[in-house]
Amino acid sequence: MFTGASQFAFIGVIGAGGNPWAGAATAALLGSRNALYGLRLSSLLGVRGPRRLVASQLVLDETTAMAIARDKPELSRFAFLATGVALFCLWNLGTLIGALATQALPDPKALGLDAAPPAAFLALLAPRLRAREPLAVALAAALIALVALPFVPSGVPLLIVAAAVVLYGIRPR
Amino acid sequence: MIWGPLLVASAACYMIKLAGLSLPQRFLEGPRVQRIIPLLPVALLAALVATQTFATGRHLVLDVRAAALAIAAVAVLLRAPFLVVVVAGAATAALLRLVL
Repeated sequence: MFTGASQFAFIGVIGAGGNPWAGAATAALLGSRNALYGLRLSSLLGVRGPRRLVASQLVLDETTAMAIARDKPELSRFAFLATGVALFCLWNLGTLIGALATQALPDPKALGLDAAPPAAFLALLAPRLRAREPLAVALAAALIALVALPFVPSGVPLLIVAAAVVLYGIRPR
Repeated sequence: MIWGPLLVASAACYMIKLAGLSLPQRFLEGPRVQRIIPLLPVALLAALVATQTFATGRHLVLDVRAAALAIAAVAVLLRAPFLVVVVAGAATAALLRLVL
């Protein structure tokens, strides 16, 4: 799994005592936007065969943003590859350092590490809120999740929220 | 067991990316799909912010994490980089726990 929001979400659900399968479902649902990115990138990148198998893993928020901001296909390809390879190396190196370092930490709560994930999710969310509809959807989703939380197993509020988005999206207008 | 769900989720996340690069454009071009997919991360991230801030397990709670989220929100509004936002949130919670 190489897609930050999904990785954070998977860990977040498990860390809150949720069912790992609920975490897996949330991670996959969060990753669904990468399919739309891939769709936009496929004509720009023009990758085929085995190279497509490698390029797929680099389809992310950041690589898509860098690739579609160029006005020539060769610059797009270079931006996609450079961003993707740099991110892949540094992200996974950072993950490894974090995994090793936390084993040496005495009390994660004293360092406020339980407040870090919500801050991270907020930072990931903020750039997506620049219009009225996503802002309303975000507020409604937060409310639905908190109302559902005491009544269902951990992790399930996220799935309820996802179902609500689908219902909202398919309604006739 | 965590490894089963982790491997399934990893495979799913990879296949979603591969599908985006491989499927004919019309598969994802429906207006409903185009509306739902961008809203999914918005809703799920908002729900994650809420549940990770205002709950412990299945209990709603109000503690230093709420203040930490407020400071993180200020950092976001000031257009601070990702890492600064995260550190601001964690540092706020750590400081408040030290003081209170």
